[in-house]
Order: sequence, then C-alpha cells, then structure tokens
Amino acid sequence: MAGNTKDEIVHDHNHDGIDRRGFLKCMAWAGTGAFCVMQGGVLKSYSMSRMGEMIPESMKGELSFVQISDSHMGFNKAANPDVAATLKAAVDKINALPAPPEFLLHTGDISHLSKPEEFDGVEQILKSASAKDVFYVPGEHDVLNDDGKQYLDRFAKGAQPGGWYSFEKKGVHFVGLVNVMNLKAGGLGTLGREQLEWLEKDVKHLKSSTPIIVFAHIPLWAVYPEWGWGTEDSAQALSYLKKFGSVTVLNGHIHQTMQKVEGNVTFHTACSTAFPQPKPGEAPSPGPMKVPAEQLRSVLGITDVSYVRGQHALGVVDSTLA
Amino acid sequence: MRRRVFIASFLATAILSFGGFVSEHMSLAASAQEKPASTAEVKIDNFSFGPAAIKVPVGTTVTWINRDDIPHTVVSTEKVFKSKVLDTDEKFSYTFTKPGEYPYFCSIHPKMTGKVVVQ
Repeated sequence: MAGNTKDEIVHDHNHDGIDRRGFLKCMAWAGTGAFCVMQGGVLKSYSMSRMGEMIPESMKGELSFVQISDSHMGFNKAANPDVAATLKAAVDKINALPAPPEFLLHTGDISHLSKPEEFDGVEQILKSASAKDVFYVPGEHDVLNDDGKQYLDRFAKGAQPGGWYSFEKKGVHFVGLVNVMNLKAGGLGTLGREQLEWLEKDVKHLKSSTPIIVFAHIPLWAVYPEWGWGTEDSAQALSYLKKFGSVTVLNGHIHQTMQKVEGNVTFHTACSTAFPQPKPGEAPSPGPMKVPAEQLRSVLGITDVSYVRGQHALGVVDSTLA
Repeated sequence: MRRRVFIASFLATAILSFGGFVSEHMSLAASAQEKPASTAEVKIDNFSFGPAAIKVPVGTTVTWINRDDIPHTVVSTEKVFKSKVLDTDEKFSYTFTKPGEYPYFCSIHPKMTGKVVVQ
C-alpha cells in the first residue's frame, strides 16, 4: 500500500490541518452505499453518490449488488439526528440505478443499541429497495446485551450457529463472517477457531478461478489497531484464500472508505449511512464527527453536486484485482 | 369473633416483623456510621476510561458514567462484574467488597481498558 495513493482512496485529502474537508467529503457518502459489479471475474466498486458520472454501459457485468453499512438505527446525536432519513436516501439511490442490483449486502451495525425497534426500522426501510434479498453480517452494536441472540434469530437463518455463512451467485462465492463476538480486553475484532476451521473447509473444494467475496463488519486488515480497527486472526482467514486469483474483502465499521490491494486481495471499507468517523489517528478518539445541526442538512443535500467537481478523495472506487 | 382473633394475630405478626425490620435497619445505620460508605466515579469519554486506574478502599462503590456519544460497556476481564450497554449519560455501579486488582474493558471497544485497585 505504501506509496500507492491510488489504492488508498482517503489519502487524497487536502492538507488543511483540521479534518473538515475530509469530513464534508465523507458526508457526501452519508446516506449512500457502494455499487459493486463483477466484470470478467473482477469486482469493481462505485460510490453511489457519484452515480451521475457513471456511464451505464461501464456498469454492466455478470453480477451487481450494493453494499451498505453502519446504519446505526436509533442513533440520534448531533452528527446525524435522523439516520432513518439518510438510510432512505441510500435506498432511493439504489432504486435509481439503471439496472437493479441482484441483492444488498449490509456489513453490520444495523442498529445502534440492538433494540428490536431499531432492527425493525432498518428492515422496514430496506423493504422498499428494488433488490429484495439482503445479506447481513453483525456489527458490535447488533450483539449488545444478549450475545447476539436477537441478531441471529432475525438475520442469520440458515447460517452456521455462530452466524457465519457462504452462498454462490453466478459463479461468485460469497462468505459472510462474524468478527464482533467474544472480543477480548485490549484486543481487536476476532473470528475465532471454530469459524476459521469452517472457513478453511468452506473454500477448500472451490476452484482457484472462483471469484471470492468476503464480507465482515470490522476490517480484516489492520487499518488502525490503536482504535481497534482490525481483526486479530484475519491473517489466518486470508491464508485460506491464497490460492484464489480474485479475492475481495468488504468491510464497514470505520465509517469511511478505504481501499488497499495486497497480492490477490483487494480490501474495501464502506461509508456509514448514519455518520462519519475521523481518519485514523486524526482525532483523539474514533467518535462521530459533528457539524452544527443547521449545516448537516445542507451538507447532506448539496455534497452530491459539490463533490462531483472535487478531487477523487472519496469518489469512485474503480479498481482491478492484481 | 373469629375474625377479630384473626386480625389480632395478624397485627401481632406485623408488629413483630416491623420490629425485626427496625432492629436490622438500626444495625445497618450503626455500621454505616462507623465506616462511612466510600464512592468513586469513573468517566467514560473519548473512548477512554478516566481515570484509567483508580485505587479505592474496600467497600467502595464505583460508578461509571458514559459521557460519550457512543454506547460503551464496563466488563470485568475476570467476569467479576458486567454492565449492560450504557448509552450516553447512563451509569453503572459496582461495590467492591474484597481487596484485589480488578481489570476491566469495554466489550464493544476492547481497546478501552481500565483497572480498579481495591485496598
């Protein structure tokens, strides 16, 4: 990754000291998701807030889907007092796509406090999306107080008892992993031995030409371990995927987009539909970033236009796998 | 007549129980006077416990209060105590009755760690 700013989208920030510009750019993504399309076994990912710039022909492929993340339904603090509205905005964008995606992936933190009404709220809003199937993985906010029982009952039917699962779509092998349970003091996200053993078996029989897409909430690469933005045993998981020519890892959790290419693996993180978080190490803590309430709406409202002309810091993520 | 006997015995029982309650209450009050209850507070802010380590005498009730915009938990590493999730401004208290070191962390953000030393 070092020295390759093309691969890490957030590197392209304006060096203005404080993070306001970066924040505004990220807000352009609030209420949006990423449109992903497989073309010749290679996954390309586009910011939904810049769809206007896309040529519909270039967005056609064997399979398309949309990743959304970190809806945090129930959050109502200054950074975004109306997370339902920004999630609805994401659904509107999904429904405006020239060709409807096959399904949605939600990479966790569906709810803010694991409350039934928060899960209900997200499910209700996503019902109006053109894509009817939604594949979820839990975030740490979805498994509070009950070791994830509620999440598992609701969103993990047909999954392994721990909530992880895999499925095939048009020759692409998707793997949903859970790395927010049984977190240890001082540690990062964790997959655990049982899940790793399952993963090894799950991909063993696949041909090395099978495109693999892994999705989980906490990044499966060390984005910023000081803030817990990484997964303890992700290297072990990735070692099982070495034989594959095309591996894409989709994560949420950090409320901003980042991309990294390492060997055969491309890593993406998605923005939140609720509120942005600071860039790694650029604030005392990873808490939500705020602007005065009267600015939030205007920022949300105009950024789609403003940042079309802007730099590509958080713009199109248009990558090929090495 | 039967009813009156019943009431009388009920009253006697009530008085006896009340008496028991009073004496118990008094003894509690007396011990509290000998040894004033100690309290301490730990503030959760900016994804950290402040102070991260505190020393308190045996019998201290420590209260954690979440001043962050994001929910946190207070969970003993050795499973001695465990809070429910604390949203902004919510509190959790635990009374430490035995001396020792009690490391704890936020189970949602496990990089957040702290320690209570009870002497």
